[in-house]
Amino acid sequence: MLSRTASHLYWMARYLERAETTARLLQVGARNALMPDIGGGLRNDWEAVLQALGQLEAFREKFGDPVQRNVETFLFFDSANPASVMSCLAAARENARVVRTALTSSVWDAINTTFQELQGFHRMERSKLLVNDLADWSLRSGAQIRGAIDATQLRNDGYNFMGLGHSIERGDNTARLLDVKYYVLLPSLSYVGSALDQSQWATLLRSMQAHRAFVWAYKGEITAAKIAHLLILNRQFPRSLLSATQGSVDHLDALARGYGHTPRAASHARGLLGELAEATIEDIFDEGLHQFLLRYMSRNSEIAGAVQSSYLEGVPE
Amino acid sequence: MTQTFNEMIDGGSVRAAYQSLEKWQNEMPADLRQMKQSEAEALFRRVGITFAVYGEGGDPERLIPFDMFPRVFTADEWRKLDRGIRQRAAALNAFLADVYDQREIIRAGRIPEHLVTHNEAFERAVVGIRPPRNVWSHIVGIDLVRTGPDQFYVLEDNCRTPSGVSYMLQNREIMMRMFPHLFVENRIAPVDGYADALRHTLASVAPKKCDGEPNVVILTPGHFNSAYYEHSFLADLMGVELVEGQDLFVDGDFCWMRTTEGPKKVDVIYRRIDDAFLDPLCFRADSMLGVPGLMNVYRSGGVTICSAPGAGVADDKAIYTFVPEMIRFYLGEAPILENVPTWQCAIPDQCKYVLENLGDLVVKEVHGSGGYGMLVGPKADKSQIEAFRAKIEEKPWNYIAQPTLSLSACPTFVEEGVAPRHVDLRPYCLVGDKIELVPGGLTRVALNEGSLVVNSSQGGGVKDTWVLAE
Amino acid sequence: MKLSVSHITRYNFDIPVRRLIQSHRLVPSRCANQRVITWEVNMLQATRGAAFRDGAGDWTETVSVQGPLDAFEIEVTGEVETTDYAGILKDHREKVPPSAYLTPTARTWPSQPLREAAEETLSALEGKPTLEKAHALSTVTAERVEYMPGETEHYTTAAEAFDLGKGVCQDQTHVLIALAQLSGIPARYVTGYLFSASEDHMSEASHAWAELYVEDLGWVGFDASNGVCPDDRYIRLGSGYDAQDASPIRGMVTGGGGERLDVRVKVREGGVEGQQQQ
Repeated sequence: MLSRTASHLYWMARYLERAETTARLLQVGARNALMPDIGGGLRNDWEAVLQALGQLEAFREKFGDPVQRNVETFLFFDSANPASVMSCLAAARENARVVRTALTSSVWDAINTTFQELQGFHRMERSKLLVNDLADWSLRSGAQIRGAIDATQLRNDGYNFMGLGHSIERGDNTARLLDVKYYVLLPSLSYVGSALDQSQWATLLRSMQAHRAFVWAYKGEITAAKIAHLLILNRQFPRSLLSATQGSVDHLDALARGYGHTPRAASHARGLLGELAEATIEDIFDEGLHQFLLRYMSRNSEIAGAVQSSYLEGVPE
Repeated sequence: MTQTFNEMIDGGSVRAAYQSLEKWQNEMPADLRQMKQSEAEALFRRVGITFAVYGEGGDPERLIPFDMFPRVFTADEWRKLDRGIRQRAAALNAFLADVYDQREIIRAGRIPEHLVTHNEAFERAVVGIRPPRNVWSHIVGIDLVRTGPDQFYVLEDNCRTPSGVSYMLQNREIMMRMFPHLFVENRIAPVDGYADALRHTLASVAPKKCDGEPNVVILTPGHFNSAYYEHSFLADLMGVELVEGQDLFVDGDFCWMRTTEGPKKVDVIYRRIDDAFLDPLCFRADSMLGVPGLMNVYRSGGVTICSAPGAGVADDKAIYTFVPEMIRFYLGEAPILENVPTWQCAIPDQCKYVLENLGDLVVKEVHGSGGYGMLVGPKADKSQIEAFRAKIEEKPWNYIAQPTLSLSACPTFVEEGVAPRHVDLRPYCLVGDKIELVPGGLTRVALNEGSLVVNSSQGGGVKDTWVLAE
Repeated sequence: MKLSVSHITRYNFDIPVRRLIQSHRLVPSRCANQRVITWEVNMLQATRGAAFRDGAGDWTETVSVQGPLDAFEIEVTGEVETTDYAGILKDHREKVPPSAYLTPTARTWPSQPLREAAEETLSALEGKPTLEKAHALSTVTAERVEYMPGETEHYTTAAEAFDLGKGVCQDQTHVLIALAQLSGIPARYVTGYLFSASEDHMSEASHAWAELYVEDLGWVGFDASNGVCPDDRYIRLGSGYDAQDASPIRGMVTGGGGERLDVRVKVREGGVEGQQQQ
């Protein structure tokens, strides 16, 4: 397969996943904004959301104070904001358009229809659009596209490059969402275990469509350790760091089998997976959740870098 | 101007080709027509076929209006066109092979030398090169107009990379999907063999150095190009890679493409970029679209480029006049298809005639396209005519003139129902180890009443084109 | 005359480049004016291929190097026996018709001052043979464009150099081509080497001149810079529409930053052994 084609498929998948993350964060922000103001101090969840996406500065420059309506516009529709749902979906569709021939018509249809619908929202009166509906729509569209990929794409190298894009981006995004909650969202450590803390955790779980899964699997009250376990180490939970890394390993193995050559990226990924498989949640809290997450993100991006140089540049290793 | 020839109704009676369509038209209620029309549009949008034909630029996401009323040729009518088009494609290729080699047609005094060698499209870099099978223009698009039951004229030849074939194929797909019964009731020759034929043609001109199955690719300027959809559509239908310049590189005697498994040799490149951008080491040094070194690999026989660089010298409007001469010279045959009578402003006597009759003529730029930079005398006002007169006087060699032809009209769905609208036709002839022509082509229709301009940028649409089987 | 050539081209890259590709025309033309005794083009670590003789008779070769690469050097050495044919290119096999060299490029595009200069020069020569006109145009070029290094760039056009009134052999050649084409005489750009007995000769050893097409004689060289037609001190490499089109080395690199080019050309009389004895 052309290196450039592989690259477009990979980035298409990353942008799709990224669009969902922004939508999830929008949901987190919108729900937290409904909570009673108990902290009194720093009381702007939107700021935290923007910070998590690395867009606080850009937002301030454009709009000033984070008013919900502006944040919604900024995060959903603003094509000047590279993290907005609009930007991510446009980038995903552009990547898909370039490699139309590598996609089944179902996948292209799903992506293109999503984009056309989004354009439709853009033309509608803003007051008729509720942020939760927009976020729901984003997640539903993402699921449709992934479903089309799973149901119709040949299990060839192109499929694995898409899979790699999803896995790598998903690992990064879960780590980021968890980090927002733990490190950014809560005003200070003294709030750990407070009602605010509890409700934020619950929101985070909801945003990852994991609230019920959590209740069934872990029972009882929500604790940071249980949630961290779910989002980091739980093999059954599809968005956990372990599952995401497993995904990267699987797709890289499949590529190595197909090409008869094991790239550097595969050993990076296997190393990270091995570490996660052996870790306990106690180890992670001992290291410090924030430090652990930062380290994970950097290891994950090492894998991404190796994928880039092994496959996407077309120069033999 | 003479009476417009209506391809469906001749002297009050329906012509043979259209007989079954009359009933179809009469029995279609307006609301069904509306529904079908929007269905067609939705289908076009869904497959993503949103681009300007013939490199006219404009919004790449724009849809070209599709008219559901097919244009129909009988088997008899097509037979003549088919022979004439093949003949023309053969002569144009013989001309190209000749002017880059012995230039016999010039020596014989049948074409003035300066028209050929002192021409922007003449490439010094390929003189003396003999491409595989000595084919230079592998896809020849011949633009035809009709003025009567048996009168067809060639309006222009396209020897480089004629576009629009994806419309020919998609128009048919969509018609078959929306009106399957029409295809049951009529025996319509299929066009879907085009992709296989194109692939076969391209593979048949692989270089001698290629052993085994040739690796054919389509080279596109990129997805921002207005015809990108067509490039990707054709690559998909043929099952070949769609590459950009950055995907290819030259090493040693060959051209390679970058793949996830390392470099892979490329044998045949169907390029959809202009000569000037093909290779910054040979042509424009600032080109980012091409492949540095490609022309050296081509000229040393390591890769085939389709169409051959330099093929454009056969299709400008000044050379056009001499195509009938080429047919007689190279093939020893009488031309089957006629040229539109053309006056060369470069020749003083003819220029004089043109300037005296501007009000009745169509004046075109020699290198113009897309319906721009032309004067339609009978539709122009006095100031437009005077402005053109000044232009012609300044650069006479830049203009040719033709009589205003009364283009035939085909029934077309319009607001009020069905009405005749003017049409042209572009069939796509393939030249490789043999000459192939699928029965059909792209019919463009001037949707505005009375308009003769079929270009999509100026109110033109497209139609499915049927050739009835015998 | 026996001439020996040593021509070293060295590229130093500030940041290593990922890939380098070049098209070379570094081999002397095959014609009666010159006979190659030995000729070598050497490069380290390069892949060479896609070589052929083009329609204009030039030997072309393609060279590529996979990086990272911080420097690249091309060394040309050889001996050539030359014969003086008073500027006429003799027995040179080529297929490109002379009339193809009537089309100007961006670099030889005629401006109004060039047009006037051509008309003025020719007005006195109406009915005279083409050869005479060609000499006159070459003389006018030398008069109107003074040889002065450092005043023009490699991308300077004929029109610009003509307005400036100064330039190097490249500019003078472009001007002569423009004037010739304006007079209906096919003209092209030729690259090669020039042997100069005195050190203070006004031109570089790596040289360029024009060829104008004269019926009955064929292509005739005109070196406006030196006011002569090429004789046995000249070695001809290749030709083209203009300096870029005729360039002995056309190349591109991928990646990298700045580039420093170092060119050393020596042309001596006698063979290589003769040099060593000196």
